[in-house]
Amino acid sequence: MAIRLFRRKGEGERKIKTPEGMWIKCNACLETIYKPEVERNLNVCTKCNHHFRIPALERIRTVVDEGTFQEFGADLESVDMLVFTDTKKYTDRLKEAKKKTSRKEAVITGNARINGIDIVLGVLDFEFLGGSMGCVVGEKVAVAAEQALELRRPLIIFSASGGARMQEGTLSLMQMAKTSAALARLSDARLPYISVMTDPTTGGVAASFAMLGDIIISEPGALIGFAGPRVIEQTIKQKLPEGFQRAEFLLEHGMVDMILERTKLKPTLTQILRFLESPAGK
Amino acid sequence: MILQSLDFEKPIVDLEDRLDQLRRADDGKDKNVREEAGKLEKKIAKLRKEIFSNLTRWQTTQLARHPNRPYMLDYVNLCFRNFLEIHGDRLFRDDPSIVGGFAELDSEKVMLIGQQKGRNTTEKISRNFGMAHPEGYRKALRLMKLAEKFRIPVITIIDTPGAFPGIGAEERGQSEAIARNLLEMAKLQVPIVVLVIGEGGSGGALALGIGDEILMMEYAIYSVISPEGCASILWRDTAQAETASEMMKITAQDLKKFGIVDRILPEPQGGAHRDHKAAADTVREALLESLASRKSLSVRKFLDRRYAKYREIGRIKKKAGGA
Repeated sequence: MAIRLFRRKGEGERKIKTPEGMWIKCNACLETIYKPEVERNLNVCTKCNHHFRIPALERIRTVVDEGTFQEFGADLESVDMLVFTDTKKYTDRLKEAKKKTSRKEAVITGNARINGIDIVLGVLDFEFLGGSMGCVVGEKVAVAAEQALELRRPLIIFSASGGARMQEGTLSLMQMAKTSAALARLSDARLPYISVMTDPTTGGVAASFAMLGDIIISEPGALIGFAGPRVIEQTIKQKLPEGFQRAEFLLEHGMVDMILERTKLKPTLTQILRFLESPAGK
Repeated sequence: MILQSLDFEKPIVDLEDRLDQLRRADDGKDKNVREEAGKLEKKIAKLRKEIFSNLTRWQTTQLARHPNRPYMLDYVNLCFRNFLEIHGDRLFRDDPSIVGGFAELDSEKVMLIGQQKGRNTTEKISRNFGMAHPEGYRKALRLMKLAEKFRIPVITIIDTPGAFPGIGAEERGQSEAIARNLLEMAKLQVPIVVLVIGEGGSGGALALGIGDEILMMEYAIYSVISPEGCASILWRDTAQAETASEMMKITAQDLKKFGIVDRILPEPQGGAHRDHKAAADTVREALLESLASRKSLSVRKFLDRRYAKYREIGRIKKKAGGA
């Protein structure tokens, strides 16, 4: 369920490195690319189309209408309910994550507009403890669903997560139940829920709200799955096929509705929202 | 069935062997032998109490996985009548790691669904050690929807190391199957009683685990990831599983405190594996009580309560100061 959040040394996350000034090297195709151009391209490699992971705030900026995002639940902070220590104290891990991201938790929720359509939005932040779902993430996602229900607005959630947060034990596991229960109510009220799975979406997040969208979208190349590739390899003692658990693999197996390049996201979300819009009142 | 013993059970088992020998040697004539046996019995009871009232979470984990522990099908035989197994998800195949069907608990009709680990090697393999594929969860959901249609309450029995991590499982949407069950169980319009009998392994357990009342055997565990898995990720050393089990707080007593488990079912002296029949009697009574307590509630009412139950778990009321 919970998947390893922290990379081993030298494992090399595919992110943009800045060797010298304006020119950077794409870790996917190893080409040198011009940084301002990549940024204009929504952090997608201009040579190979590799979609770099982007922070939650950056995601919000690129998807919603300018100036329309109003955050809620920003003050909620995790409590170390198990008094958990592994090689580090959980409280220290939280402190570090807060410092690194200037955020209090691994999801940002709020009201926003997309091309004039009112929505409720949730965006998971992989930079905050691997986007892992503890009690606060579960709570904020549930509140977002309840907010959408109350305001009768569509809900959109962008996932980027290693899964449930081990440091909150079985309480984290139960957040899968909490978020899914809240989405059940939204679904019964016939309000659209669109799930966008970005790289990576695995474990308890994939096995709860991320897989429950009326429409499920993925970004190209995103790793999506229940178990992490390493766990599977160790279990079955086989090498995994090329492209296993990538967005294209899920599309082929009928598990996601479509793969959208980052530049196509906003217009397509708009089209979906308009299509699923219910007539006034009901 | 040969009774196997865990390391910490050894001192008890040794004394029991001695008592056994003494009894066999007893021809009824020697008063001293009888006296000796009496003393030994007391000693065993005392030692057992000592060991079992101070179990570490790791020892509880071992008990939860004890090879002689009653499994789902043992409870089916000992608690229920007229079990009629129903196979398959009608989409891909029948997954033997999840068993489901009609059953009767006293005079109550129930849809019974649970995970079966397998007792001997052949059964273990055919049941994949109780690790379900998506089709197992989809079969479970199919049976729950059937129960809903005919207004029959659902009882689920949890005992799994986790959902199976494999290529086929991923291809056929393991995460979708689990997620779907969570959503559907949250709104299923018949009462659901959940019983954790052994290992509650992560999302694979939770996929059968949404209900109105969560019961848990005294020495069962329920966790977000196995202690071994947690140790290998956070400590990078599976040898730290014992520490991980302590840190994750995975026993029935822990989970009752967090409001995850509603009732702990006491096990017979020395654990359920020492007396399947006694364990089953406790289970039968507890399940009957749970079903009875839901009978008078309207659908709206128990669904609201079910929602509130999960809504409250781990809720952080206000922002934490400092931390």
